[in-house]
Amino acid sequence: MLETIALWLFGIGLAFDVLGCIGLVRLPDVYNRAQASTKCVTLGTTMILVATGLFGVGGNWPLFIKSILCAVFLLMTAPVGAHAICRSAYVSGVKLADVSVEDAFTQRARTIRAEHRQRADEIEKNLREVEKSEEAEA
Amino acid sequence: MSPTFLEVAMYVLIFSSLLCLDRIGRGPTAPDRAIAIDTLGTIMIGFCCIMALWPTPTDSPSASPFMDYYMTVAIAWAIISFIGSLALAKYLEGRCYDA
Amino acid sequence: MNGSSQRKLARLLMLFLMSFALWELLFWSLNFWVVLVGILLSFFVAIGIGPRLPAGIEKLFNPVRWLYLVIYIPYFFYYCVRANLDVAIRVIHPDVPIRPGIVKVHTSLESDLAKAFLANSITLTPGTLTIDIDGQDLYIHWINIQTDDYQKRCDEIVGRFEPLLRRIFE
Repeated sequence: MLETIALWLFGIGLAFDVLGCIGLVRLPDVYNRAQASTKCVTLGTTMILVATGLFGVGGNWPLFIKSILCAVFLLMTAPVGAHAICRSAYVSGVKLADVSVEDAFTQRARTIRAEHRQRADEIEKNLREVEKSEEAEA
Repeated sequence: MSPTFLEVAMYVLIFSSLLCLDRIGRGPTAPDRAIAIDTLGTIMIGFCCIMALWPTPTDSPSASPFMDYYMTVAIAWAIISFIGSLALAKYLEGRCYDA
Repeated sequence: MNGSSQRKLARLLMLFLMSFALWELLFWSLNFWVVLVGILLSFFVAIGIGPRLPAGIEKLFNPVRWLYLVIYIPYFFYYCVRANLDVAIRVIHPDVPIRPGIVKVHTSLESDLAKAFLANSITLTPGTLTIDIDGQDLYIHWINIQTDDYQKRCDEIVGRFEPLLRRIFE
């Protein structure tokens, strides 16, 4: 019984993995690709992990515990990674695909870039001051 | 767990990772490649699961029918792949401000 | 000893117990050396990351909140599977029917932890991906924009999870 459930979970997880990777190849821009890859591949791999864990129920508890821990960890970190990469993609100037109908992030991205530039300027200023004081000492 | 099923599963995952490699090779921008590498890392965890369920050789001293130490590899892989994609994202964000 | 430092100590102790539990779950052994190294490492971990934990983490030690968390998990999984089927159909459809764009929605959640969980849940559910959080505003990439109305969008994306997350984290 448990083994049947595990096999089904395993198979569905594999199907989601493949669909996610097909999405990675077929969809038009970084953001859509991130959607397909994070959602489908994360859920698919989580299902595979849970199925692996079910094989350990009764007799091989470490397998079960490690799989569940890995699944929880994956569910918590995969969205964070995708979010970080997409944000940095937008800030570094990757444009949305032509089919896109709306873009509310332009203004905010400008603010982020301005903050970065300001920080860079401050560092530059401090370095110049240090150089000046060293010259004055010499 | 039948070895045939595991073999089929392995071919399916190999196909997925080939699709990822295609995106890594073609991806027009760096973030495309970063996403594909992240996805490849997640698929590797699937490989670890398959290896963990692979039946141990009959002459092995281990009592367990499975090679469950591969799950430890999976956890470590998940952590390192997460840190790697965060580092890539941080690097990409500071790379260019006008495009 | 005043109340503030007492709370800090309780926090450290909780963190220590949690790290040690995690260590024991991963090793699944009561060997003397395993336990000893586990205690030492959990101690260092507790001292190292205790002060960096987000404020308000003590609220999570309340069992009533765990109950809501238990309700939240199947609720979340239902939407997660639905999202996956939705995206999978879009991917294998020959025309790739997408209508993507980045939209801005508003959330009323206050604490950082709740907002982080909200962002993660949004990323894993129907066609949406959190790109940035700025105060109370979330910037979300939506693979299939259905409506132009701001309020409807908020209900569609954020409204599902907000009530439960508020009960868990605030």
